[in-house]
Amino acid sequence: MSVDIITNILVCGIGGQGVMTAAEILAQTAIAKGFDVKKSEVAGMAQRGGVVTSHVRFGRRVYSPVITPGSADVLVAFEAAEGSRWGDMLRPGGVAMVNTIRLAPPIVSAGLYKYPDDPVAQMRAAGITVVDFDAGAIARALGDLKLVNTIMLGAIADHLPFPADDLEEQIVGRFRARKPAMVEVNQRAFAAGRSAARGPKAGPANREPAMAG
Amino acid sequence: MSAAVQAIRNDRLLLSGNDAIARGVWEAGARVCAAYPGTPSTEILEALALYPDLNPDWSVNEKVAMEVAIGASMSGARAFCAMKHVGMNVASDAFMTITVAGVVGGLVVAVADDVGLSSSQNEQDSRFWGRFAHVPVLEPADSQEAYEMAKLAFEISEQFNTPVILRLTTRVCHVKAMVTLGEREDRPVAGFTPDARRWVMTPANAKVQLPRQIAREADLRAAAQASPLNRLEAGSDRRIGFVTTGPAYMHLRESFPDFPILKLGFTYPLAVDRVRELAAQVDTVVVVEETEPLMEQELRAAGLEVRGKDLLPRLGELTPNVLIPAIKGMLGEPIPPTTTFPHYDPFPRPPTMCPACPHMGVYFTLHRLRRKVQISGDIGCYTLGAGHPWNALDTTISMGASMGIALGMDKARGPEDKDKAVIAVIGDSTFLHMGMQGMLDIVYNRGNVTTLILDNRTTGMTGGQHHPGTGKDLRGEEAPRVDFVRLVEALGVKPERIRKVDPYKLPVLFKAIKDEIAVAEPSVIITDQPCVLSEFYGKLSPYHVDDDKCTGCGNCINVGCPAITVKKTGVRQREGADDVPLSFVQIETAMCTGCHMCVESCGPKAILPAQPVA
Repeated sequence: MSVDIITNILVCGIGGQGVMTAAEILAQTAIAKGFDVKKSEVAGMAQRGGVVTSHVRFGRRVYSPVITPGSADVLVAFEAAEGSRWGDMLRPGGVAMVNTIRLAPPIVSAGLYKYPDDPVAQMRAAGITVVDFDAGAIARALGDLKLVNTIMLGAIADHLPFPADDLEEQIVGRFRARKPAMVEVNQRAFAAGRSAARGPKAGPANREPAMAG
Repeated sequence: MSAAVQAIRNDRLLLSGNDAIARGVWEAGARVCAAYPGTPSTEILEALALYPDLNPDWSVNEKVAMEVAIGASMSGARAFCAMKHVGMNVASDAFMTITVAGVVGGLVVAVADDVGLSSSQNEQDSRFWGRFAHVPVLEPADSQEAYEMAKLAFEISEQFNTPVILRLTTRVCHVKAMVTLGEREDRPVAGFTPDARRWVMTPANAKVQLPRQIAREADLRAAAQASPLNRLEAGSDRRIGFVTTGPAYMHLRESFPDFPILKLGFTYPLAVDRVRELAAQVDTVVVVEETEPLMEQELRAAGLEVRGKDLLPRLGELTPNVLIPAIKGMLGEPIPPTTTFPHYDPFPRPPTMCPACPHMGVYFTLHRLRRKVQISGDIGCYTLGAGHPWNALDTTISMGASMGIALGMDKARGPEDKDKAVIAVIGDSTFLHMGMQGMLDIVYNRGNVTTLILDNRTTGMTGGQHHPGTGKDLRGEEAPRVDFVRLVEALGVKPERIRKVDPYKLPVLFKAIKDEIAVAEPSVIITDQPCVLSEFYGKLSPYHVDDDKCTGCGNCINVGCPAITVKKTGVRQREGADDVPLSFVQIETAMCTGCHMCVESCGPKAILPAQPVA
């Protein structure tokens, strides 16, 4: 039997929220740490407001580019109902980081479907370990809604098989090269995401990497 | 992507399959590359556009892209074309004959199958083309292989005097994985040598060449048997020996690491002897292939007992969650539970049009005429008009089909629809791809069809590519721009039956459609506002809803703009009649680009500029 440890991170949200960017940063950090990486993008017609997911997998050698349902170590949900939609991708002991923003598609707004009252409570009731926070409110407090991406990455930074500083450096390094003025505020956003994930609602990190094969 | 362009020999990068193929094509010294956009293959040409020393172009359709590549190959240049699976249907006429005549410069055709159907109208298996056209098929499983096989395909093409199919799937095109790169090979172009007996495919000339095609296939079969692209990975558990190809190999290797796997990359002609060697070592051979049982049937025909589609689905991807229960079940082993937590589907989130999309005006209008019209649709963002809240599309079959199908509906009218107007709806890029012929046919055969050409100055659904109607080329440089009014007139539509309309002006558009469907001859309405995601779109000041004036009639909701949401519902009671449901709305100011369409739909004039005009 193979004993290769593979880390599986599923990033989900809707088109235009930055799901692909967050997944790319995770993948590049893993590469910098010497891992083999595969990143699957399921965008379909995502630019048109549809569901977007990206599977990021890394380890010594990664074969399949897709995360098997029930084997994700971390679920990063950029939207509350999307978190509940993909909750069953988590392995036992995995953790979901959920931005509590509620984005209802037109068919919900028009009354054809109902947006669940509390998707996060529903996930918890199913036994999923959820860390939830309003990343939009944190971003607005820091002065720029675009910081949601950095906040979400900060939130999962303590649930990865490499130090949080490596992930932070990957994010900040991108701004250092192109927009140095944005370095400091991104550092603050990263720290804010980390502390939000450690907040009173957040349980202790329980990391037992899934076994592949 | 630019990182791949600047990379040097031995650089190791995270690349999508599409980016990796582009790099491989460039390194192979290709000079001419052509494609029409199509998910999941679109980004190959977009990536090639960034490399120096080659000519990459968007073609009007896949057949022309194929022909451009053929002409370049005849002239001694290495040539490449790319398309999605259904594009190969369009290109196949040229393909099926050049496969007889062969190549001078290497000719590689990348065909991307949408296994799992993320963005297509069918799931056809392009490996059939190898059998049909007697040409080799290479199937990469990830980005590194996609890069290597793209290069090798040119070698095989020249060595065996044949085009080569590089068969991709969505899980190769849109998966990023590590690739180690090489460097560009300089390949001077030989130039065209006239040889009518080879290139002029009259029956007499073709008849001479056909036996060579059959002989070539035998040579290719020998090459496939010996190819390092086909490798046996040893395994200790001999109850099963797997034969697999493409991304299914990756899922299989991860799910069943202890079994021998014959991993095929050069998959047509099929290396039957390699499978025979495997069969001698194991209890049962299981073929794992996406999607049709092509290898399985050929192995059976060769006298081998194999299993495959009796265990595995014929549709969709063969991911670990599909493979594990099927194979464990076959072995009589307990099937491990996959998920711990329950699956939950809160609501669907179908793709929808963007805020301010000019197509919304068209479908808002068609929705109001719904009972009086049959609407034949086409392929693009405007296919979304079939969905909520417009429900204003009756058919979508293939690129450019809207007009031919509309003509057929017109000619076949039954008693039920004899008074209904027939409308065809098609976008600018699709009209130029394969729509012009349908329009000519409507004119020639005196059909009674009103065609709406939704000219949003881009190829929208694939992410906004240029075409001959945008005035720019693949690299964004100025290019001649087709004039749709003159084009349609040249196809024979009477000038008085051609109108250009601003789709944001709903009453004008409504009247134009109503007037034209009332005239029993071919007519064309061209809407002329650009895609909101394109460089040609200019944002305006946003609107908001004055709560005191909103009566809750919900008319603006039928525009279908995602920036308009219901904030409160209610009912209006009427004496002696049913209650009227009310929907009070708000506009998400951050999403609103001020297109004004909802303002036009609002009776009580409750939609006003969000900020006072300075």
